[in-house]
Formats: sequence, C-alpha cells, structure tokens
Amino acid sequence: MADLTLAGLTKRYGEVTVLSGIDLEIRAGELIVFVGPSGCGKSTLLRMIAGLERISSGDLIIDGLRVNDMPPAQRGIAMVFQSYALYPHMTVRQNMEFALKIAKKPRAEITAAVEKAARILQLTPYLDRLPKALSGGQRQRVAIGRAIVRDPKVYLFDEPLSNLDAALRVATRIEIAQLKEAMPGRTMIYVTHDQVEAMTLASRIVVLANGGIAQVGTPLALYERPESEFVAQFIGSPQMNLLAGKVVETGARTRVQLEAGGTACSTVPTAPADLGLAVNIGVRPEDLTLTEGPGLFTGTVEIVEALGEVTLLYFGRAPGAGQIIAKLPGGHADLRHARVTLTTAPEKVHLFHAGQSLLYR
Amino acid sequence: MEALILAGGTILAGVFACTAWFWGANLALDLICPARGPQAGRNILRANMVRPWLFIGPAVLFLGLYLVYPVLKSTLMSFQDASGARFVGLANYRWLAGDAKFREAILNNFLWLLVVPATATFIGLVAAQITDRIRWGKFAKSMIFMPMAISFVGAGVIWKFIYDFRAEGLAQIGLLNAFWVWLGHSPQTWLTLPFWNNFLLMAVLIWIQTGFAMVILSAALRGIPEETVEAAILDGANPWQLFFRIKVPQIWGTIAVVWTTITITVLKVFDIVFVMTNGEWGTQVLANMMYNWMFRGAPDYGRGSAIALVIMALVTPMMIWNIRAARRETG
Ligand SMILES: Nc1ncnc2c1ncn2[C@@H]1O[C@H](COP(=O)(O)OP(=O)(O)OP(=O)(O)O)[C@@H](O)[C@H]1O
Ligand SMILES: [Mg+2]
Repeated sequence: MADLTLAGLTKRYGEVTVLSGIDLEIRAGELIVFVGPSGCGKSTLLRMIAGLERISSGDLIIDGLRVNDMPPAQRGIAMVFQSYALYPHMTVRQNMEFALKIAKKPRAEITAAVEKAARILQLTPYLDRLPKALSGGQRQRVAIGRAIVRDPKVYLFDEPLSNLDAALRVATRIEIAQLKEAMPGRTMIYVTHDQVEAMTLASRIVVLANGGIAQVGTPLALYERPESEFVAQFIGSPQMNLLAGKVVETGARTRVQLEAGGTACSTVPTAPADLGLAVNIGVRPEDLTLTEGPGLFTGTVEIVEALGEVTLLYFGRAPGAGQIIAKLPGGHADLRHARVTLTTAPEKVHLFHAGQSLLYR
Repeated sequence: MEALILAGGTILAGVFACTAWFWGANLALDLICPARGPQAGRNILRANMVRPWLFIGPAVLFLGLYLVYPVLKSTLMSFQDASGARFVGLANYRWLAGDAKFREAILNNFLWLLVVPATATFIGLVAAQITDRIRWGKFAKSMIFMPMAISFVGAGVIWKFIYDFRAEGLAQIGLLNAFWVWLGHSPQTWLTLPFWNNFLLMAVLIWIQTGFAMVILSAALRGIPEETVEAAILDGANPWQLFFRIKVPQIWGTIAVVWTTITITVLKVFDIVFVMTNGEWGTQVLANMMYNWMFRGAPDYGRGSAIALVIMALVTPMMIWNIRAARRETG
C-alpha cells in the first residue's frame, strides 16, 4: 500500500557529495535490501527516507505525495536501529506504547496492539521489564515490536542484526522473513552488510557504490547477471574470480585467450569486430571444477580450507588475475600443494570489458 | 602588594613542601627497604605496604586536625555554658527549642531549601538544553557560568547594589528600584520587606548556582544516545515531549546529584545573608545565627555549637545520599 519513488535523491554535507541522483522505484509490499561497501551512504539514504536527514536535492515520493518536507512522524514510517535505541527508562510495554500514546490513541486500542505485537515476537513475559534486563536478541525484538505496533506503511531496518551473535542472527533473520510474510502489503527497506541476509530476505537488492546505484535486481539476477565487475565481486562469497585475456574467436560462442595461460569458452555472443578485444572473464569459485585435460587455469594450491560440505582452494596470483579461489563440493584436504587444472561450463563464464567493467553484451 | 607577595610565597612554599614530602618520603622508604640484595622480595612487599600511608598520611592528618577534631570539640561545647567553663547538659538545646529567632531561621532555611535547589536546577536544565541548540549558545553558557567564579560575599555586595534604595526624587542607583520607579511606583527598601526579602536573597544564590547546574546537566544531556532521540522523533514526539519524556528521564540520576549538591550549599548558606541583611527583617538562617552567637557581641560558644550541630545533622544525610547517587552515576 506504499509505493516509494526516489527521484534524483542527493545528499551533500557542505562540499562533500555523499549520494548523488539516486533513482529508484519501490513497489508496495517489496522488501528492498541496500548493500554496499562501508561508508557508501546506505544509512544516509535510509535516514533521508525516514526524514532524519535533510534531502539536499531530488524528490522523495510516498504514495504519490512528495514528502521531502514532511515531518518524520507523518510519513507513516518506522525505523529499527542497529543499536536498538530503546528508551532505557521505560519498560518494554512503555517502549512499545510510546508512539501510540503520543498519537493519543484510545487506551484499549493501545493495549490490544502492544499485546498482539508482544505475542508475535514472544515478548509477553518481558512486558514489564526494563531494556537493561533483556538480552541482545530480546532487545532487538522490542525494537521491532515498537515498529509493528504503529502499523507503518514502510519499515526501515538499519543493520538490525549486526549486534547479535551468529546463531541468534539466523533465528532473528527468519523471524523477520516470517514477519514480512505475515504483512504482505507492507514495504520494507533493509540495510545490511551480510550477504546471506541480503540474498535470503530481499525481493530486490540495491547495490550502492561511489554515491550511486551500481545495480538493482532480484538476488538471483544480481548473482547470475552482474552488470559490472564491482557487483560481480560484491555479490557472492568468496568473490568472483576475474582473469584478463583477449578475444580470439567470435560468434555465438566466444573464446578468450587468458594471460594466465589457459583459454576460456563463453556462451556470451560477440561480433566479428570484437576479435582481439581485451576483456576480463569472471567465474564464480563454486562454478569451477577440477579437470584432467586443458582448462581455464592451472596452478598450485597454496591453502586448503576444508569446511566439510565444501572445500575452498586458494591459488597464488597469476598474471592478469587476482587471487584465484575455487569452491569444490565435499572434502579435498589432500590437494594441498597439488598442481591442478580448473575448468568451468561455458554458460558460467561472464565477460566484462577490460577497463570499463561493463558486462559484454 | 605585601599581601600579594605573602600569598605567592605561601603558595610556593606549600607546593615545595608537598613535593619535598612525597619525593623525600618515597626516597627514604626506598633507602630503608632497598629493592635489591638478598631481601629484595620482602623489601618490595614491605615498601608497598608502607607507601600508600606515606602518600595519604598528610591528607589524613589534616582532615583529622581540621575536620574531625572540630566536630568532636563542637559536640562537647554544645553541652557547655557560654564560655565553656562548665557542663550544662541539654540546656543549650532546650533554649534552641524555645527560641523564636531559631524557629525563624529553621523556617527560612526550609524555605530556601524548597525554592533554591529546584529553581537553580530547573533553570540550569533549561539553559543547558537551549544553549546547546542556539548559535550563540557558547557565549550564553559562559555568561551563565560566570557567577560561579564570584565568591558569595562578592555576589552579596553586587546584589546589594541591585536592591539599593534612594529616597524618592533622587536618582535610583539600584537596578530594581530604577526599574520599579520607571514603571511609575515609588522606590522600595526591598531588603526590609518581610517575607519577600527572603526571596530576594535566594535570587543571589540561584544566580550563582544555575551555572553549576547548567554545566553538569549539559554534559549529561550530551551523553544521551542520539538514536533514542531519533527514535522518539519517528514516534512522533514533539520537542516538548522529547525533552521531558525522553531526555530528562534519562538523566534523572544527574539531576538528583545536582539537586542535592545545591541543597547542601543552601543548608550552609551564610555569606549572602551576612552581607546583605545580617539576618534582620525576618531573613535569619541557621548558619548566620550560629555565627552571631559564636563570634559577635558577647560570644556564647555553647549555643553557637548547638546550632552548628543542628546544621550538621541536617546536612549529613543529604551528603551521604549525594555521594551514593554520584557513585551510582559514575560506576
Ligand atoms: N555529518 C557528516 N558530514 C560529512 N560527511 C558525513 C556525515 N555523515 C556521514 N558522512 C559521510 O557519508 C558517507 C556515508 O555514510 P553512511 O553512514 O551512510 O555510510 P554507510 O553506507 O551506512 O556505512 P556503514 O556500512 O559503515 O554503516 C560516509 O562516507 C560518511 O563519511
Ligand atoms: Mg550505516
């Protein structure tokens, strides 16, 4: 029920431009995840939507209404902070009631809303406790509860799970997913550093970099068709391998001679004029397999990380390539110091213009 | 000039004596228990047991001399007659209970207690909040804090001028009368107006203590996590609600410490009353009454001491509570 339009949203601090010309359409019911390197302006963008940060230029439109100058409380938005930001002098119940009391809602309605939220978040036994008597996970749930009771049109989350330990993070992530499921009409915008959170929660991911949007798409689209080397390496873990080379055969199938020695075949089509073009090929570690015959890359395994379900192989730097990493299913502890050849299926090979970093298409 | 040299010399001598003591005593200890040779380990242990006493020794000594001894002596004297020649039992206290001036002093002190800490803390709190928001806040802050640097006696003299009276028709040099006359009234001898003159005296202490409250509370306000304020803004709180329902409750501990600290100052208030009215016209307070009995006219050490002990009995619980609260704040 809440469509958001960001049109040319720009944020300047004096001379410094932190975000410039952000254009984004968010449809009601979406769960949008902002990712990007630290300091790229994710929190700033979220805070501009919330109204905590002034918009330097551009328009923010919620449900067809320009809200640039509307006070935060009237935008129909609730925000969950990384530090929880609970009111330390109020009990859990008072924390959740606060917004409704300010809005002068009838007592019965307030009680009903708080108790419903407490039930959903399993906070009922803690309603009369102060935040300092709660665990980190419980505090985060109170922060979410405080948002829920207001029944906002848009939920904003700024790295809500980053202060929790690994197990709790998984559990709370699933709770947020269930919450979203239960409120299909509500729009959510979620900032995170965590790949898994981004991939599992998002209906669409927005990758921010250098003050702008690098790419927007569904998690799988970003994973399968990254439009730039930056996105290719940002999404997926370990990051995508990049190797420099030259196009030696064009057509429906493209063959690339790699500086590191091997050759790669890609299903990305190229025109005859591209013969001899300098490109970077990208291959995800999990798409690499061992081969006996000639392949993409031959090298000596320097480090083996056997994680049980998968094994990570780290190779030394090759000419025209960063560190090459391969992710093989199962255990391969015996491969340490072995000299092996890696290959991949042609449809798994991404092509990027060397220098411009754009997908070859 | 001579006084200046004397003061400077005293400061120098004091600093030198302190340094000499800490340095010399430390050195002597190291000589007596050298940290080497066959007994090194034992010597280090011993030296470490003695060293703290060397360092706090002077403080303990002076505290004993100037604090503990006077308390004991005063207690003793409060049970003795005017010259301290013989014991009179509870006679001094019985006299206090029946004395009209003492009742007035107690009542006035109570009035001071009700008005000054609350007003100074409240104005200080508001000033702390406002000066953090406005552009010339830093300047305003230093102006509000300035009176803290003035002694109570000095402040009393300044405010005496403000309340000064000149006969009707003459130019009024007192600020208050000048204003009052400008409004079209006839000039007043403000400090002799019964009951209300108490508040005129209180204004002086409030003027002084507001700066203290402001500085402490301003630091506390800055310590409030910014996110709780932002969360409240998103929850729809207006600036008023933000201040009284989100910020103030988070600094209650500090407010209490400021409040009680000023309360203690109020209980001991003396200089202002002494300078401005000397307790006349219904403005007597305990500390000034004690001074009068103790040191003026024909001194009565017994009655003076009894009043001193009453003041101490009032201050001590406040003091204990204050220290506890301050510890909670910092620990
Ligand atoms: N008040 C300010 N003045 C100047 N620059 C600022 C100010 N606030 C933030 N910035 C800059 O804006 C940029 C974006 O900050 P922001 O907090 O939005 O980053 P982020 O993407 O959320 O980073 P992280 O992932 O570390 O939380 C940073 O480079 C920061 O230095
Ligand atoms: Mg951030």
